[in-house]
Amino acid sequence: MGELRARLGGHLHLLRAQARSQMSYRVSFAIDLVSNVGATALDVLTVFVLYGVSSVIGGFRLGESLVMVGIAQCGFTLADLAVGNIERIRLYVRTGLMDAVLIRPLGPLGQLLAMDLPLRKLSRVLLAIVVLVVALAHAGIDWTPARVLLAIAAPIGGAVFFGAIFVGTASVAFWWIESGELGNAFTYGGRDFTSYPVTVFDGWFRSLFAYGLGFAFVAYQPTLALLGRPDPLGLPAWAGWAAPLVCLPVAFAAALIWRTGIRHYRSTGS
Amino acid sequence: MGLFNATARTMPQQKLVGQITTFWVIAASGFRRYSTYRQATVAGTFTNTVFGFLRCYLFLAVAGGAVAGGYTPGQLVTYVWVAQGLLAVVLLWGTPELADRIRTGEVTADLLRPVHPVTSMLAADLGRAWHAVLTRCVPPVLAGLIFFHPYLPARWHTVPLFALSVLFAIVITFCCRFLVNAIAYWLLDVRGPLMLWTLGAGVLSGLLFPLRFLPDAVLLPLWLLTPMPSLFQAPLDVLVERDATPVQFGIVGLQACWLVVMLLLCRLVQRRAERHLVIQGG
Repeated sequence: MGELRARLGGHLHLLRAQARSQMSYRVSFAIDLVSNVGATALDVLTVFVLYGVSSVIGGFRLGESLVMVGIAQCGFTLADLAVGNIERIRLYVRTGLMDAVLIRPLGPLGQLLAMDLPLRKLSRVLLAIVVLVVALAHAGIDWTPARVLLAIAAPIGGAVFFGAIFVGTASVAFWWIESGELGNAFTYGGRDFTSYPVTVFDGWFRSLFAYGLGFAFVAYQPTLALLGRPDPLGLPAWAGWAAPLVCLPVAFAAALIWRTGIRHYRSTGS
Repeated sequence: MGLFNATARTMPQQKLVGQITTFWVIAASGFRRYSTYRQATVAGTFTNTVFGFLRCYLFLAVAGGAVAGGYTPGQLVTYVWVAQGLLAVVLLWGTPELADRIRTGEVTADLLRPVHPVTSMLAADLGRAWHAVLTRCVPPVLAGLIFFHPYLPARWHTVPLFALSVLFAIVITFCCRFLVNAIAYWLLDVRGPLMLWTLGAGVLSGLLFPLRFLPDAVLLPLWLLTPMPSLFQAPLDVLVERDATPVQFGIVGLQACWLVVMLLLCRLVQRRAERHLVIQGG
């Protein structure tokens, strides 16, 4: 018990130090807050632009699509706030900073996350929540207690899902140091994929991203369950209700990759 | 003795041939530098290709088998995949190398060299772009050809005009990045302007979606008052033959105007910056 408290205390100490250091550059911090909102706002705006060209995309109207956008953005921005920094691991591996992290008496994952607390990313989480709430209010959902629960569980499941994708793809750096932007295809690419109805996509690409990697279960299936619409692609209705649970096996797989990666890690030397 | 700095007047004996040789050597070094990042090239190409699939399916769904923004489905396919191929060539989102050099003071070394900093950086960037043309352009375009039905240009002049348009786009993008980075001469911390550029560049250049998806009232001021559409929209509209032949030439002509304006602006900013520059630290 005492050991756990000491460990948590260590992490909290790192986080507090980060918060203090970021707050001390006020103008920079304000600019960061604004520009982070901008990135999410732009994604939402793109959806409006595309629906401005065509009122129905993949069989869905703007109001229905916005529910998916809300869930996807909430999940993604929460995950990005919590573990998005893991992207920088390839920098740590290349520069040898990873050695220092492993020597310290704290868990490496927690330390890496606490090394740069992205307080600035809070603003996009707030915007994403606003988008989701407004979208849910205007989608004409027949609210039941179960649907309320699903509307809360879906973004949380999405956050765990994207968090797992962040950790899983960043772990590639243990084997492939110069993996560069590879992870972006699945983190940012996954966000774009989940923001639109799966019916938009086709062929093996849809099979791989939607069902192979499970991105259909982040926003698309829960949205169908919320709207009470049958899936045009034929999955049963319970798939939407169970969708938030899909994040669990994905998180397990990511943890496995991370652990294997840490064991596999060899310093790049000086 | 006169001024020993890069933008001081060049010595008369410096001949044109010498300048061209220098430019060529710097460009070749830019090419060599990027050819050493082999694994990053593979990873970047993979990511561009995945985003190509995402956007291609999305735009085809928007068109729904008909026309969207005046583009046929085939034209949209060509638009998306060539844009993904050009993403690393017409580099919108590079590393803020110059801003870092200004902040650390390393930029003084660039100013002491006998080549104008804008010229030498442009040469290195053209070398980088040529490397990207040979490596990162090909896989996305191939993916588009294999998995979709792209529109192939029918007019004989389209391809050479497109090549010229891409060259202009590369130089204009370089100028934009230079100007954003050069803000560091005054602010030191350019994260804000850089972020603004990162966000604005993708959407206003026509990379994220064809600008014709936007209302007409936005389009004309965007084309005439900003260089942004010249970066992606211009070469892609030329390639997919969205407009009649005279308009194709008009687009490239407009790019040429922006090219001159932006290059002059870069030199002007560089001169102002040198008068202002205070090197931090020892």
